[in-house]
Amino acid sequence: MTVIDVRDVSIRYIVGDFKDIGIKEYILKKIKHQYSVKAFWANKDISFSLRQGDMLGIIGTNGAGKSTLLKAVSGILKPSKGKIRVKGTVAALLELTAGFDKDLTVKENTYLRGALLGYTREFMDSTYQDIISFAELEEFQDRPFKQLSSGMRSRLAFSIACLVNPDILILDEVLSVGDGAFKEKSFKRMQEILSNGVTGIIVTHSVSQVREMCNKVLWLDSGSQITFGNETEVICNAYEEFLKTKELPQNEEQIYEMSERYILRKEEEEKLKREKQLAKAMKLVKKHQADA
Amino acid sequence: MVKKWIQKMKKHQFLFEELVKRDFKEKYKRTVLGMGWSILSPILQLLVMRLVFTYIFAKNKAFYTTYLFSGVIVFQFFKDATTHGMTALIGNASIISKINVPKYLLLLSKNVSTVINFLLTLVVFFIFAAFDGVTFTWQYFLLLYPIMCLVVINLGVGLILSACYVFFRDMKYLYEIFTMLLRYLTAIFYYVETYPPETQKLFLLNPIYCIIKYFRSIVIDNTVPSLGFHALIAGYTIVLFLIGARMYKRKNQKFVYYI
Repeated sequence: MTVIDVRDVSIRYIVGDFKDIGIKEYILKKIKHQYSVKAFWANKDISFSLRQGDMLGIIGTNGAGKSTLLKAVSGILKPSKGKIRVKGTVAALLELTAGFDKDLTVKENTYLRGALLGYTREFMDSTYQDIISFAELEEFQDRPFKQLSSGMRSRLAFSIACLVNPDILILDEVLSVGDGAFKEKSFKRMQEILSNGVTGIIVTHSVSQVREMCNKVLWLDSGSQITFGNETEVICNAYEEFLKTKELPQNEEQIYEMSERYILRKEEEEKLKREKQLAKAMKLVKKHQADA
Repeated sequence: MVKKWIQKMKKHQFLFEELVKRDFKEKYKRTVLGMGWSILSPILQLLVMRLVFTYIFAKNKAFYTTYLFSGVIVFQFFKDATTHGMTALIGNASIISKINVPKYLLLLSKNVSTVINFLLTLVVFFIFAAFDGVTFTWQYFLLLYPIMCLVVINLGVGLILSACYVFFRDMKYLYEIFTMLLRYLTAIFYYVETYPPETQKLFLLNPIYCIIKYFRSIVIDNTVPSLGFHALIAGYTIVLFLIGARMYKRKNQKFVYYI
């Protein structure tokens, strides 16, 4: 069953001095015919679809349009062109700590965030204790939010968002929350959710995470879709090759070529490393012999 | 249709309550006097105006305090609600751009906390009016009509302003000037009757003046305004609200792009 279907989605931002000039100058410029705006396509013709239980990893360098695409899928942003169909409840974890009120207490903020995420009061009443204990903030419940450290803030945000069982989970660079122990706990919780047949999308700069968790990959570069497919290893290889050479593949074939090159390079590096180690060992042996 | 609406309301009820709570706490947590401050400010304004203007505008008028005060609180309510409404979207930018929530709720919750504020000042107004010696009659219940209309007007104007404010950030300063000018045109401290009849009619173009006139007619003159006057206020209310709702609906999806 197709859960997420993204068809030819393009997202256009308007850039330029539009936001800064204000209405007075806007009218003046309009009269003088000097008014012009530049368009900036954050996403161009992106298409992919996910079936239930799929785990999509979105890779790409900074400014590739990954976060914008996530915003569109989670319904925050309506695309300028194209269609997005999503079936089921979405839990989107984008920049976790944004949107908290720093003067309200931790408890008040927890309820507010829960309400914003669409939970019911009954649900919040019954899960509040779990959220607080998962975030390990029992002693801070009645403190104002601004007194929390940034690690605590992300822990709280993560806990509120993750103690539900959504149909679709969207994560933007959030698997690196908190200290070591919490990181492990949150990773475990993620996998628990994912094992329940959830459909997921993650954005991450760690290619190894994508290799480990995802069965589909979408590669974006400055708004355009380089490729989408389920050959995770091949695409990740090609992407790592791209990070090295800065050359984008022009077609499917080149992706395979790049992947091959990556494997060869890796093998060569391995070989070199082994030779180096060998040489080092030989040197040591020789030295020992000479000493003796 | 109605069923769908009720379902929608139920779904968002929890969020709405939490937002109202937040706005209310935000408003009063940081001030020493808390809620008292929002009552104190119109009273101070009133006392100064009473002191300064009585000899200029109201040498032989009865109930000048009540006349002045009704204008002050109604206008203050309009100004507070619309200025807060204007910043409702931008002020919650970090929420709107990260979480998918119905944006009009942010505006609605801001309005609720100003309504509560207004009701408090209204109590003070009645106390002052009692000291001024007005006679309380059953007609006072009719004041619910202009109040409800004004609440809807505030919502409509708030919708218009918040949409404009997303696109034009100097809206805030322009609106401040606009409300200042409007305040002088609203006949808060002077009497319209001193103008020729034709000019007097021009005042009716101002919806806020109409609301204040309704208030004064009930509280001071103990007369119920004509049916036509009711219709006029209703007309302003419906038009302003519809313009606001339309603007919101048309620009709703665009806000996130500009925040």
